[in-house]
Amino acid sequence: MTDTTPIKSGVPHPTSAAGGAYSPSVGECGNAAVSIRDVVRHFGRFAALRGITADFAPGQLYVLLGENGAGKSTLLRVIAGLLAPSRGTVTVLGSTDIRAVATRFGYMGHAPLLYDEMSALENLEYFAALYGINDRARCEEAIRTVGLDPLLERRVGQYSQGMRQRISLARAIVHGPELLFLDEPFSNVDVRSAKQMTTLLARMRDHGTTIFVVTHQAALMEPVADECIVLEAGRLIAREKGIPARLLTPYLAEERAALRGERGNLEVEP
Amino acid sequence: MTSAPGLWAITRRSLVKDLRLEWRSKDAINSMLFFALLVVVIFSFGFDPTAEESRKIAGGLLWVAILFATVVALNQTWTRELRNQVLDAYRLSPAPPQALFLAKTVGNFIFVSILEVLMVPLFVVFYNLRSVGPLWQLLVVALLATWALVVNGTFFAALSIRTRSREIMLPLILFPISIPALLAMVDATTSILTGDNSPIFWIRLLAVYDLVFTSVSLILFEPVLNAE
Repeated sequence: MTDTTPIKSGVPHPTSAAGGAYSPSVGECGNAAVSIRDVVRHFGRFAALRGITADFAPGQLYVLLGENGAGKSTLLRVIAGLLAPSRGTVTVLGSTDIRAVATRFGYMGHAPLLYDEMSALENLEYFAALYGINDRARCEEAIRTVGLDPLLERRVGQYSQGMRQRISLARAIVHGPELLFLDEPFSNVDVRSAKQMTTLLARMRDHGTTIFVVTHQAALMEPVADECIVLEAGRLIAREKGIPARLLTPYLAEERAALRGERGNLEVEP
Repeated sequence: MTSAPGLWAITRRSLVKDLRLEWRSKDAINSMLFFALLVVVIFSFGFDPTAEESRKIAGGLLWVAILFATVVALNQTWTRELRNQVLDAYRLSPAPPQALFLAKTVGNFIFVSILEVLMVPLFVVFYNLRSVGPLWQLLVVALLATWALVVNGTFFAALSIRTRSREIMLPLILFPISIPALLAMVDATTSILTGDNSPIFWIRLLAVYDLVFTSVSLILFEPVLNAE
């Protein structure tokens, strides 16, 4: 992955010069990049989100944590306009009409959102065109930014899962969004590439992009996260500066305890 | 920041993309051709008409075969947008939803037209057909009838895209609503082949049908695309 990305050139991150000082309050930072009020989302009788209210300041990198089914991806999809809230309002970049700000945000889903039968460059050229961008060089640069070769002629369907994830990230950032939603961007990505991706995200944040990352790999985001949002059973239960150590390895600790238990059982055998 | 792209630019881009995907996968064309060929051959074994009888039944057989084959292609059209949830990427973009609909419809029109170009000579051979009426009228009927099938088909295929049994749902919704068009295309074709009646009324009916359903589909496509 190159270190000289021109993908986003915006207002420098206000905290970057001060060594990453924490500034999560929207009141302190001016207008919220995303503001959600009492958002509820039902799937049939199941409530995936239960009255979430929060403001998110611009130019910050937020990490959404929580167990499977906590509502992280649903929250991201509701903010991005892919799902309508059953109740409540979502304001993105000052607008409650998500289509009005569609050119200003990017979304990377759990699925790659790419055509398997086309190459990475063909995919990016098509999706960039949807944003009114007809610039091959810009698409090539986006692919290089995520550490891949734009001249690779293989079709995306023949890529590894990790490569698809990176192309999916390139698709989400090719139009230079001010706001970026990433749903599990590191799944199936090797550690080195994942670290390169986090470096890229930090750099984008430093240039003013507001970023939301849903992940189970909190440790990867720990060095660059401004704030973590913890969801549980559809409720926002905590917002904390950075990612506290206790949230980095909860599953690992449980796993160790379970393994100790299993070994204990095994040791009963003569 | 970027600006919202125009309808025709995105329609053209999406059409080129669809043609490229079809050229590489050949999902729609292969299944359509195979199905239509089967129908023609089975019909030819099922009936043994004289030249006069052929002219009377060929219109019906031809358009029913094309209708069934079209349904096979229409299902493929949207299935590839569901793979990897690519449709979400389109929904998130500022591109006009109507551009996607138009591109899909024109793409399907091209695929079905290719099918017709290949099927008609087979029909002529298998049913020993000779048109009594002017051939240019057949061409007009073919264009209007094909558009009628694909514009409705593309819309209803999009409507049934998220249903679990979409391959059954599509014909269930599409066939009843296509009856006026089917009636017009069959009667117009038969009128031209036999030379008994003027096909003008049926051609006009097809034109009005196309106009109405194209307009309605364009208006209603956005809520269909964004339906959960």
